Amino acid sequence: MVATDTDAEEAATLPRRRYGGWSRLAAGAAVWLVSAVGSYLLGLGWISTLLIATFIASVTCYWGSYLTKRVARAVLAIAIVATGVFFMVRLLPGNPVDVYIAKIVAEGVPYEQAAAQAAAFYSFDPGTPLWQQYLQYMWGLLNGDFGTTLTHVPVLEKIGGHLPWTLFSVGLAMIISVSIGLLLGMIMAYRRGGVIDHSISAIGSALHAIPNYLMALMIVVIGGVQLRLFTLADIRGTYSAGQTPGLNMEFIQDAMYHATLPVLAYVLTTVGTWALIMKASTTQALGEDYVMVARARGLGGGRIGSMYVGRNAVLPLVAQIATQAGFVVGGAIFVEIIFAYNGVGYTLYRAINDRDYALIQGLLLVITITVVFANLLADLSYGLLDPRIRTAGKEEES
Amino acid sequence: MSVLTPSPSIPRHGLFYRLTRNKVGVAGFIIVGGIIAMTLIAPLLLDTSVPGDAQNTWSGPSAQHWLGTDNAGKDVLHQVLLGGGTVLFVGMTAAAITTIIAVVFGALAAYLRGPVDSFLLQATDIVMTVPQIVLLAVLGSFFQLTSPTVLAILIGCLSWPILMRSIRAQVLSLKEREFVEAAKLLDLGTARVVFAEIVPNMAGYILINFIIAVTNAIYALVGMYVLGLAPLAGANWGIMIRKAWTYGAMSLPEGTLFMMAPVAMIALLQLGLIMLTRSLEEVFNPRLAEG
Repeated sequence: MVATDTDAEEAATLPRRRYGGWSRLAAGAAVWLVSAVGSYLLGLGWISTLLIATFIASVTCYWGSYLTKRVARAVLAIAIVATGVFFMVRLLPGNPVDVYIAKIVAEGVPYEQAAAQAAAFYSFDPGTPLWQQYLQYMWGLLNGDFGTTLTHVPVLEKIGGHLPWTLFSVGLAMIISVSIGLLLGMIMAYRRGGVIDHSISAIGSALHAIPNYLMALMIVVIGGVQLRLFTLADIRGTYSAGQTPGLNMEFIQDAMYHATLPVLAYVLTTVGTWALIMKASTTQALGEDYVMVARARGLGGGRIGSMYVGRNAVLPLVAQIATQAGFVVGGAIFVEIIFAYNGVGYTLYRAINDRDYALIQGLLLVITITVVFANLLADLSYGLLDPRIRTAGKEEES
Repeated sequence: MSVLTPSPSIPRHGLFYRLTRNKVGVAGFIIVGGIIAMTLIAPLLLDTSVPGDAQNTWSGPSAQHWLGTDNAGKDVLHQVLLGGGTVLFVGMTAAAITTIIAVVFGALAAYLRGPVDSFLLQATDIVMTVPQIVLLAVLGSFFQLTSPTVLAILIGCLSWPILMRSIRAQVLSLKEREFVEAAKLLDLGTARVVFAEIVPNMAGYILINFIIAVTNAIYALVGMYVLGLAPLAGANWGIMIRKAWTYGAMSLPEGTLFMMAPVAMIALLQLGLIMLTRSLEEVFNPRLAEG
C-alpha cells in the first residue's frame, strides 16, 4: 500500500546475524579514527569530519544491518539527486551572467571588459569548466557550504530565512488536518452507514478531488471578492509591512493572520483523505478479537475507544503521516505563490525566474533531504511501532 | 490494506450490474463520460478560434454570452466547452505511461527479486525523492514545452515510483498462489508467467490506479499552467485560469465566472474520476462494500 512497506519487509526477512561483538566494534572504531583523521587532513570542517567518519565506519563494519543499509541508500539518493540537479540546471539555456554581459555589450562596452564586470558582480563564473564547478560544489556540500546566491548572500542563510515560514504554515496545517481527520474517521467508523458517515465521505472525497492551488483560488474569489471576508492586499505575504519579526504578541498575531489562508487551503484539501484512511483503519481495528474481549469484560465505550481501538488504528497511519510530511514541503509551492507567502516554494519560484543556480540547487537539495528523511523515519517507525513486522516474515504481503 | 481479490471470484457478466448498482459510481461515470463527450463534440459544433467581441469585454452573463466574456471579449462558455481537450489528453497519456512503467518494473522486481529488485527499488527511491512538481516547474520554465505529448511523457516518467511499489507488493503476494506455481512448473518463461498469468489477475487494481494516475497528472499539468510554467499557447482550462489570474479577473465582479468556470470544470472532472475509483474499488474488492 504505502511505498515504505517493502522496506519493512526487508527488515523482516533479513537474516538476523549476530556480529562478533567486541572485535567488530574495535574494527569500526579503527576505521572511524582513520577516516576522521583522513577527512580532517583533507580540510573538512569538524562537523562534516565526524559525520563522514561515522558514515564510513558504519557502512564498512556494519553493512549487514538494516539501519546502515537504509541510511546508506538515503545518502546515495541525496548524492544522486544533488548531482542530477547540478547538471540539469546548467545544461539549460540562458544563464544570468550571459544575459548581463549581453546587456552591457549592447551599451558599447567591449566583450572582455563586460565579462570581467559580470564576473565581479555575480558570484558565478561560466568560464570555469563544468566538471571543476561540479567538484567545487560537491566539496562545498561536504563542508556544509551551499555556495552564495547571485547577490552574494550565503544560500544557507537565505534558505534559513524562508524555511521557517513553510514549516510553520505547513506544520500547523498538518497538525490541524491530521487531528480533525483522525477524529472524524473514528466517528465515521463507529457510525458506519449512518448520515454522518455518508455526508463526511461525500464531502471528504469532493474536497480531496480539488487540487490545493484551485482551492486557494476559490478561497480568494469566494472569501475575498464575493463575501468580502478579508482584503487580499492585506492578507497576502507572511507578515504586514510595518512589523519587525520578534517574539511579541503583536507579531505572532500578525503572522497567524497571514498564515490563515494557506493553512485553510492545506487543511481543506487534506482533511477528507485522513478521515477516509482513519475510517478504514478503525473499521479494521473494531473487528479485532481483543476489542470483542474488551467489550465482553464490560469496559466502558470511551476506554475501549481510546485504548483498544484508537491506538491500534492510528499505528499503521504514523508512517503515512511521516511520508506525507516530507512531500508537503515540496508541494507547498503553488499555494505559497498564490498567497505570496514568503516560504520555500515562493523563493524557489523567484530563484527559477532569476536563474539563480546556487539557490535553486540549495532549495531543491533541502526539499530532497526533507523527503528522504521523512521516508527514512517512516521506514524505521514501522519496525519500532509494530513489533509484528520485525518477527513475522509474512507481513510483507499485505 | 486492500487485499487483492483474484478476479475469478467476480463473474464477468456481473460487472456491469455491480457498476450500475452503485449510485456514486454511476454519477462519476456520467460526469467523466459527459466531460469526455463534451470535449469531443464541442470542436465539431463551435468555432474553435473563439472570436473576440471587442464591444463586450468583461461583460457579465447575458443571453448572448451565457457565462459572460473575458478580457478580450471572448465567450467564456465557448472556451470552457472547448478547453478540456489538452487536459484530458495529457492526463490520460501521462497516466498510461506511468501505469505501464509501474506495472512492468513492479512485476519484474517482485518476480525476479535479487539484484533487479534492489536496483529498481533504489531507482524508485531516487525518482520519488525528486519533488516532481518542483522538477516539472524547473524543466517547464527552462524548456519550451509546447507539445502536449512531451508534457505527458515528462509527467508520466516522473510519477511511477509509488504505484510501482504497490504493484510490487501485490505481485509478491500473487506469485505464491497455486496457478503461478503451476505456470512455473510448466516452464512457460518469465515474460509469459508475469504478463499472461500474474498481471491479468491485477486488472482491477491496475485500472483503479490508472484513474488515480489521471487525477495526479491533471493536478501537475494544471499546476504548471496556473504558475505560467507551461507555454500559454492555445486555450484550455489551465490557461484560462492563468489568464484570469494575470488579468486580475478576481477583483472584477464580472470576471469571477471567467476564473471560476474552468476551476469548477477541473474540480468536477477530478471529482468524477475519484467517484469512479471508489465504486470500482467496491466492485473489485467486495469486502470494502460491507465496511
